[in-house]
Amino acid sequence: MADMTIPERIPINLVVNGERRALEVVPWTTLLDALRDRLELTGTKKGCDHGQCGACTVLIDGRRVNSCLTLAVMKDGAEITTIEGLAGDGALHPLQQAFIDHDAFQCGYCTPGQICSAAGLVAEGRARDADEIRELMSGNLCRCGAYPNIVAAIEQAMSRS
Amino acid sequence: MNAYVGTPTSRIDGRAKVTGAAKYAGEFAADGLLHGFVVEATIARGRIARLDTSEALKVKGVIDVLTHEHRPPLADKDEAWKDEVAPEKGSPFRPLYDDRIKFNGQPIALVVAEDWETARFAATRVRVEYEQEAFATDLESERGKAAEVDQPHKPRGDAAAALTHAAIRHEADYVLPSEHHNPMELYATTAVWDGNGGLTVYDKTQGVQNVQKFLCSVFGKKPDEIRVISPYVGGAFGSGLRPQHQVVLATLAALALKRSVRVVLTRQQMYGLGFRPLTIERVALGAKPDGTLDAVTHEAIAVTSRFEDFSRNDTGWAEQLYKSPNSRYSHKLVRLDVSTPSDMRAPGAATGVCALECAMDELAVALKLDPVELRLRCYSDRDQSEGLPYTSKQLRECYARGAEAFGWSRRSPAPRSMRDGKELVGWGMATGVWEALQMPVAARIVLTANGHAEVSCAASDIGTGTYTIVAQVAADALGLPIENISVRLADSSLPQAPVEGGSWMAASSAHAVLGAAEEIRRELARYAKAMPASPLAGVDVPDIILLDGAVAKAADRSRSVSIADAMRHGQVERIEKEKLNEFPEDKSHARNTHSAVFAEVKVDEELGVIRVTRVVSAVAAGRILNTKTGRSQIMGSVVWGIGMALHEETVTDHRFGRIMNANIAEYHIPVNADVRDIDVIFVDEPDDRINQLGIKGLGEIGIVGVPAAIANAVYHATGKRIRRFPITLDKLLE
Ligand code: FES
Ligand code: FES
Repeated sequence: MADMTIPERIPINLVVNGERRALEVVPWTTLLDALRDRLELTGTKKGCDHGQCGACTVLIDGRRVNSCLTLAVMKDGAEITTIEGLAGDGALHPLQQAFIDHDAFQCGYCTPGQICSAAGLVAEGRARDADEIRELMSGNLCRCGAYPNIVAAIEQAMSRS
Repeated sequence: MNAYVGTPTSRIDGRAKVTGAAKYAGEFAADGLLHGFVVEATIARGRIARLDTSEALKVKGVIDVLTHEHRPPLADKDEAWKDEVAPEKGSPFRPLYDDRIKFNGQPIALVVAEDWETARFAATRVRVEYEQEAFATDLESERGKAAEVDQPHKPRGDAAAALTHAAIRHEADYVLPSEHHNPMELYATTAVWDGNGGLTVYDKTQGVQNVQKFLCSVFGKKPDEIRVISPYVGGAFGSGLRPQHQVVLATLAALALKRSVRVVLTRQQMYGLGFRPLTIERVALGAKPDGTLDAVTHEAIAVTSRFEDFSRNDTGWAEQLYKSPNSRYSHKLVRLDVSTPSDMRAPGAATGVCALECAMDELAVALKLDPVELRLRCYSDRDQSEGLPYTSKQLRECYARGAEAFGWSRRSPAPRSMRDGKELVGWGMATGVWEALQMPVAARIVLTANGHAEVSCAASDIGTGTYTIVAQVAADALGLPIENISVRLADSSLPQAPVEGGSWMAASSAHAVLGAAEEIRRELARYAKAMPASPLAGVDVPDIILLDGAVAKAADRSRSVSIADAMRHGQVERIEKEKLNEFPEDKSHARNTHSAVFAEVKVDEELGVIRVTRVVSAVAAGRILNTKTGRSQIMGSVVWGIGMALHEETVTDHRFGRIMNANIAEYHIPVNADVRDIDVIFVDEPDDRINQLGIKGLGEIGIVGVPAAIANAVYHATGKRIRRFPITLDKLLE
């Protein structure tokens, strides 16, 4: 076995929830692990690490992305919004309030990903009815099976925005 | 007073969950935290001939590699490894214990490094050589070796003879596949080293005290040396009942290295733990032409591991549901080279009742009877196995309300007779049944003079809503607004609670809270009565209630004293009461929850694609503490039922004894687009016999019957009876 050393760390800058964060990461560190392990932003969840569940969804430059399939070094300079930064200080984003109102979760583990994904969906302007919401939210699994309530919560937030 | 109990109160932990503030087991920070990555066996049976960790140890950042040859001591008696949920018979699996390989995917080494990515990389550098042995993982080829383990109920009458002579007979095998829980949160543990040999273990578990006792016994620690905490659990569904591999490994590494260690299993590694066992259910029904039953037999053959006999009650459920003078049940196991199965949502019932309810549908077809009508003709008002009446059973009402909401009377009985454009439409129904269990639980309430109360208990909230119902019950019992109640759960140092499972936690924790609140009421009443010129002078303590922050006479609420005043006069700043609630044993009645499930499917005839477009679930489960979270529980269970019916199956390549779809792309769970309208109806079911509040629990009942209702709907749509689950389109097109 030739080389047992770990690749060099590369300095990057991320603008996370409006705050500039400088860090050094090895190239194989995903954005998800950088957020959770390095920046201690554990609101973004890991459910599979393979792009299969959507629990790790964050907004990168306003678009919803699976952060487990995104290497941190690829996002040098990008603006990242996580569940912790979705709303202003102390307030709840309309989607967060709608999720509480409609009991759109049980264990809560998929929830940050669902909410970030829903925020991205609303911004895309593609979902016009419940059927389209179902289809376009199908990358975010919820093992607690809160789907009908998730759809209702997104409809509420969309109708008020 | 019920300002909160029975209302749709929003979750009190909702804000923490929607803001990302809620912390799960793998998210707790610690100084100098190390990360472990598990190496798994790639053979199904044999021994490790050589395990070479030298290359892994050379990787920069790797601290150590623990193996069976290099680890701190572990208990060597089976008894020490038996947690409170372990099967009675068997020898529990011990991670990194010796060179034996008992199943494919078994953990065999733990690489510990400064960061997770390094540990993961170094794990690929661990070299293993095995001595393989012959193995078997296929239930169907080993079916002949099935051994009877259980006669769930005594036989009644002579079922075999009655079946032979029955006017109408239906007999078939139904095959329910292995399934994995797949909670969204990965199995995770953060073991925090306190510097003095003690550990605080943040673990993904349904029972912190179970894990705490287990770790103490496995590692020879005193109870005050290990504390287990699990404030939020990202779903469990039974997978967190027994201590998982990673909690042993994280603790082992922390003790070995005297450092804090986190171990998170990958999604793939989670398939090396418990699962719903593949079960072949053979059901035979014999009926008279009038649609009453003469005989029921039900035999289950299920998978277990070679080293533990796991079995659940798959076969007894007809005793509860359908009157028959003759019945016989048996449960057999086939021991295979796999990990031990475990409880998974409504264990036994989800599978056994599925088979029974499909068989009832087939009988209804044979009798040319409406499926609801058949069930009404066989309706049993007693649990026949013991001849007991029920504390309450509003199942008839479930059929009526469910059928009405669904529009069942508009069903045209012939298969393939209903259409919507290109799609065939099918309507099916089934019955659900589960037990209403209750366990001893203790709760502590600390009331302070500012009218704030903290309620604490070791019980978990695995998404079920325990935080919220505990707060509701406490708020009502103490006469306080719910905002004044804070709840602490899932810390092994808190008052006693068993694992959260079997649907027993709502009733059990609620009554523990009631018990502690009652002691607080009595103490406040004494203080209030003793005040000079007390408006409560001469009022008997039982006639005094707590309401709106005051101590008041029940019959005349104008006679009251504020809680603050009563406590001031009693010269106390806080009142602390802890109460262990045990339910009196009552063998005179059977206790069950019931449901009637109606499902609509639409099937694309050319492609075989099945969509579940509507489900109505009418549930009778005593009093519903919280209609909002309760509805979510049933809804989520219906989604599980859709998965059981159409999607979920753990597939093993029996040439290697290895699971082929150990991920959540190829192991299908329902996604948002698979789920349409779900209507949950809670049928009124007053029950003052079961317990003071009339609570029965909701965690399991919602899934039972759902897969059968969908399978029966698929038959009605297509005329095809698929008895091997899940019902995938290839089976429909065959
Ligand atoms: S963790 Fe990224 S998709 Fe599952
Ligand atoms: S709320 Fe538990 S996985 Fe969605």
